[in-house]
Amino acid sequence: MKINTSSKLEKVFKSGHIAVTSECGPPRGSDPEAVTSKGALIKNHVDAVNITDNQTAMTRMSSLAACIHLKQMGLEPILQMVTRDRNRIALQSDLLGAASFDIHNVLCLSGDHQSFGDCAQGQNVHDLDSMQLVQTVRHMRDEGKFLGGDDIKRPPKMFVGAAANPFADPFEIRVPRLAKKIACGAEFIQTQCIYNIDKFEEWMRRVRDRGLHEKTFIMAGMTPMKSAGMAKFMKNRVPGMDVPDEIIARLAGVEKKKQAQEGIDICVEHIQRLKEVEGIAGFHVMAIEWEEKVPEIVERSGLYPRPEV
Amino acid sequence: MIVADKKPIEEIIETVKGYDRILVLGCNECVTVCEAGGKKEVEVLASALRMHFIQEGSKKTFDEQTLERQCDHEYLEEIRSVIDNYDAVLSLACGVGVQFMAEKYHTTPLIPGVNTCFLGATEKRGLWTERCQACGSCVLAHTAGICPISRCAKRVMNGPCGGSTGGKCEINKDLDCAWQLIIDRLRDLDRMDEYEIVTPIKDWSTERAGGPRTVAREDVQV
Repeated sequence: MKINTSSKLEKVFKSGHIAVTSECGPPRGSDPEAVTSKGALIKNHVDAVNITDNQTAMTRMSSLAACIHLKQMGLEPILQMVTRDRNRIALQSDLLGAASFDIHNVLCLSGDHQSFGDCAQGQNVHDLDSMQLVQTVRHMRDEGKFLGGDDIKRPPKMFVGAAANPFADPFEIRVPRLAKKIACGAEFIQTQCIYNIDKFEEWMRRVRDRGLHEKTFIMAGMTPMKSAGMAKFMKNRVPGMDVPDEIIARLAGVEKKKQAQEGIDICVEHIQRLKEVEGIAGFHVMAIEWEEKVPEIVERSGLYPRPEV
Repeated sequence: MIVADKKPIEEIIETVKGYDRILVLGCNECVTVCEAGGKKEVEVLASALRMHFIQEGSKKTFDEQTLERQCDHEYLEEIRSVIDNYDAVLSLACGVGVQFMAEKYHTTPLIPGVNTCFLGATEKRGLWTERCQACGSCVLAHTAGICPISRCAKRVMNGPCGGSTGGKCEINKDLDCAWQLIIDRLRDLDRMDEYEIVTPIKDWSTERAGGPRTVAREDVQV
């Protein structure tokens, strides 16, 4: 398989390994330690780590700055970029900035609406949408040109990803929408957190029916539940999330102080089941503000040690 | 049409309190249809202001007039003979009418009496909803007649985003997801295959981003 970038994640996929990524949310402050301490917890258990971009529209340390901190400690960052806050000038500019620090991966998103965050009275930009941002990164990389048409000196060589939510509505366009992202140039896909395994497997069946799993690397998104309360919150309050009642019941069925461990167990069981699904190229383990549990999940799922590539 | 909403009376009181002779000026076009600035609203607002200032013990006059349009030189001329009788005009026209007044009557203080909201339609009496953001380059031919720019909270051109749930938008469960509407209509038109056509990056220079816009038509100029 042709290697297009210096991305370690790309090499892991193309060497035939099941990839593992995780996620770090930058702090609501300027302390680099808040990023590097999270990075240290997961460094040996993942191939690459997503750095979120002002997630849930809460103002935080910039994704790019946090990526640089992790890069400097030897991790492989995935720069998340949302189209909410920056126009095409700023997005292209930050892509060049990231490439100048040899950040080799980018995940293109639209971002949560600003009304969820701390600046609900702010403007949103949405000059591009997430698919058009994927196109932009590919255009800059493959054509070596800016959107405006001029040549780029040392184009950014980035491995490009996008998100997919198999559970959002309407279900019938979930696979066509993935096809569209692949047509735009998405080389890897990270899915929304999966709890409804049956529905996800149905989505994967439809993905395979169209051969899409052979055109992109699909990573299943996994987030361990910390408690029955968290599961209920995710079910009822988080847009586009599908949490079956049996998950909530299983967590609620054990005593409170053991619910977190039950959540980890469920997560590991789900990964083990999904490892057998054709077309799953990796797992994206998002242990939100619970990074210290990533090594346990990765090890118990049989995904450790990570390959040398 | 242009949809406007009444400003809170407290805000209007605050802005008119420095003047004694005020003309409350309505507009017979869009703001009449959306019941924010027509003849009826002029009457109600002028009466409320008179009562407020009488109770305060201050002597002010609030005269009433409603023009056919405030965004038109011809109709704005109708008040030229009386404009000097007033210290200020409280205009219930949209922002276009208020500004056209300001340009025409350069030395008359002007106060807007409504908030201009959007380009929209009357869903039913008392409910108006947005349909257009005047981007200057209509995409409706490609989106099943439903505008993702004005009706999607993220103006996503290749939607829906991951926040669409049960046909509703992530920001408000009462708000339809524009892309759900587009997909429903594409299905009903038997044009679902068009869903997978990627909408290219939009040229926003024809909308607000390109600066104040002008439509100049030599073919109709006299």
